[in-house]
Amino acid sequence: MFSFRGHAGIAAPLPLANVDTDAIAPMRFLITSERKGMGRALFANWREEDPDFVLSKAPWREATILVAGANFGCGSSREMAVWALAEAGFRAVVAPSFGEIFETNCFKNGVLALMLPEGTVQTLLGQLARGEGGSRIEIDLEANMIAGPDGSRIPFAVDPARREALLEGLDEIEQTLRRRAEIAAFQLADRQRRPWVYDAG
Amino acid sequence: MKSGPSTRNGPTDVTPAPRTLFDKIWDQHVIARLPGGEDLIHVDRHIMFELTGAIAFRDIAAKGRKPFSPDLIYSTMDHVISTERRDREAATSEAGRKMIAEFRDGVRRHPPRAFFDLDDPRQGIVHVVSPEQGIALPGLTLLCGDSHTCTVGGLGALAWGVGSSEVEHVLVTQTIRRKKPKTMRITVDGKLRPVTYAKDLVLALLARFGTSVGTGYAVEFAGSAVRALGVEGRLTLCNMAIELGARIGQVAPDETTYAYLHGRPFAPKGPMWERALAHWRKLPSDAEASFDHEVSLDASTLGPQITWGTSPEQAMPIDRLVPDPNSMADPVRREAAMKAVRYMGLAPGEPIIGVPIDVVFIGSCTNSRLSDLEAAAAVVGNRKVAPGVRALVVPGSGLVAKSAEEKGLDGVFRAAGFEWRAPGCSMCVAANGDQVGSGQRAVSTSNRNFEGRQGPGARTHLASPATAAASAIAGCIADPRPLMT
Repeated sequence: MFSFRGHAGIAAPLPLANVDTDAIAPMRFLITSERKGMGRALFANWREEDPDFVLSKAPWREATILVAGANFGCGSSREMAVWALAEAGFRAVVAPSFGEIFETNCFKNGVLALMLPEGTVQTLLGQLARGEGGSRIEIDLEANMIAGPDGSRIPFAVDPARREALLEGLDEIEQTLRRRAEIAAFQLADRQRRPWVYDAG
Repeated sequence: MKSGPSTRNGPTDVTPAPRTLFDKIWDQHVIARLPGGEDLIHVDRHIMFELTGAIAFRDIAAKGRKPFSPDLIYSTMDHVISTERRDREAATSEAGRKMIAEFRDGVRRHPPRAFFDLDDPRQGIVHVVSPEQGIALPGLTLLCGDSHTCTVGGLGALAWGVGSSEVEHVLVTQTIRRKKPKTMRITVDGKLRPVTYAKDLVLALLARFGTSVGTGYAVEFAGSAVRALGVEGRLTLCNMAIELGARIGQVAPDETTYAYLHGRPFAPKGPMWERALAHWRKLPSDAEASFDHEVSLDASTLGPQITWGTSPEQAMPIDRLVPDPNSMADPVRREAAMKAVRYMGLAPGEPIIGVPIDVVFIGSCTNSRLSDLEAAAAVVGNRKVAPGVRALVVPGSGLVAKSAEEKGLDGVFRAAGFEWRAPGCSMCVAANGDQVGSGQRAVSTSNRNFEGRQGPGARTHLASPATAAASAIAGCIADPRPLMT
């Protein structure tokens, strides 16, 4: 489905904690069943309110990696936040922690949500904001290694199941459907244990 | 030795190790251990609604897939629908009507166990309807494409919200892949004071522990203050587990839970009720069960709480002053507070009581149930909404509205100058045209005070229904306690 082996690109610093998915993809863009077209929703309120918003300026207008504060993507489960990032060209978000639903949604769409220690993220944010060593970051998922703008190499860890799914571009639904018989057998046995679950009311 | 699903605390063929509520329910739902550390978990209930449902139906149609267990799916509409009481569908936006039509079409092609359409008296907010109908039950796994699905953990269900890709996975396989989260217990002892509610309790937890304390954990709320809450209060508490960072919040089922569920339309009946009850009674955490993390709070010192910023953790007792960001030691918190105070148009050091408001919203999956409306109506009494304030009451479901009307609460609200509206998510998520204007200030009983959440430029203060009602009457942020003595 979606695969991610590695990516190098311009990284934009967004040194804010608790950036929520309402900010990433405001509701007024989301009343549609179309997955396409979400790129224009990305941080729309902040871009409109602030002409100096980081993604409106060079070199970050071309950014494909976002570096942000803790608890990035908290709040609503709206997967449109990830679709908006992906359509705007983002392949990875680096932060000390993520809203869990957003983090899961990232992996389902081949966007790498990469958790690094708070201090490391602060260092990267500082370097990017000051333009020290340029604005490029390189991420190698096969080697579990990220190279900062100054070339310093930082190892990272990603959940093994998610790492494999990203590297292989696995379609999880197809994989689970191969266990159709196992699921049906579970339901058959469970119906004996907990009949009220299956025959409600 | 074959290891069963409950080996987390040791093998099952010796004396079973003490387990938590969460562990017991999780273990009962493991279909397979997947390579890489995830479990394949059976989903007992899938709740669908128009906003994420239309996308899911479109996704499966494009791939020629179909629902695995339609009888375990329940559907309603809540997010994009108008809350006008007449001609609701016509009053819904064109984009919203298109979603409604697409969702209905999907429901027609793949009929679920039940569908509460706009003309159905049972229609309402997903997390209000599922407990009310007995669709959510203790010990069930329940998933929905909405982050506040954790709400129904208040009944002792194992419930969490998912994005569109996982909605499709659940729809097509009736399962979810997930690594077992760690466990956390939040113990709240002590007796809540008068005019202080579950909403105040959870806002106090957010102020104390922040929005990341629950990340990676399934949270169980315990302690005497939690036990003393009615089911609706427990639903309010668990509703905002996601604001604490936890996808899952639970309260162990007890006699309060069973009394609430008995006789609900989709709850088991007769001998099946007895059988289910016997099962449910074994679910609460064992006395010796250990949690990966524990925190606690004393409820007896709490009064009404309100948020002052743009994150739900930026909350405080209502009788305090707007904090001064410069006094905050942590640079990240200081920066966030500065940005928040600026956005909210507040002056550090000013009392938050007395700040003028434009809008009051009483509703949402947090606080739109009968007890919420009763608390608000008790504050309102014979008083009037202050001139210039737009005040809305949006009941969580058609049945909540009906019960409230039978008790005359709609009359109390209408006489005071509140709008009495039809059920839906309304101004909490601002997807249906119910919005707070740019630069306007609202006291809202919902769950998120994010920038722009209630409309671009909207300023949101989260509070209990009683505080919201008192503020509507005062025309400014107000403490409800003086009106209740």
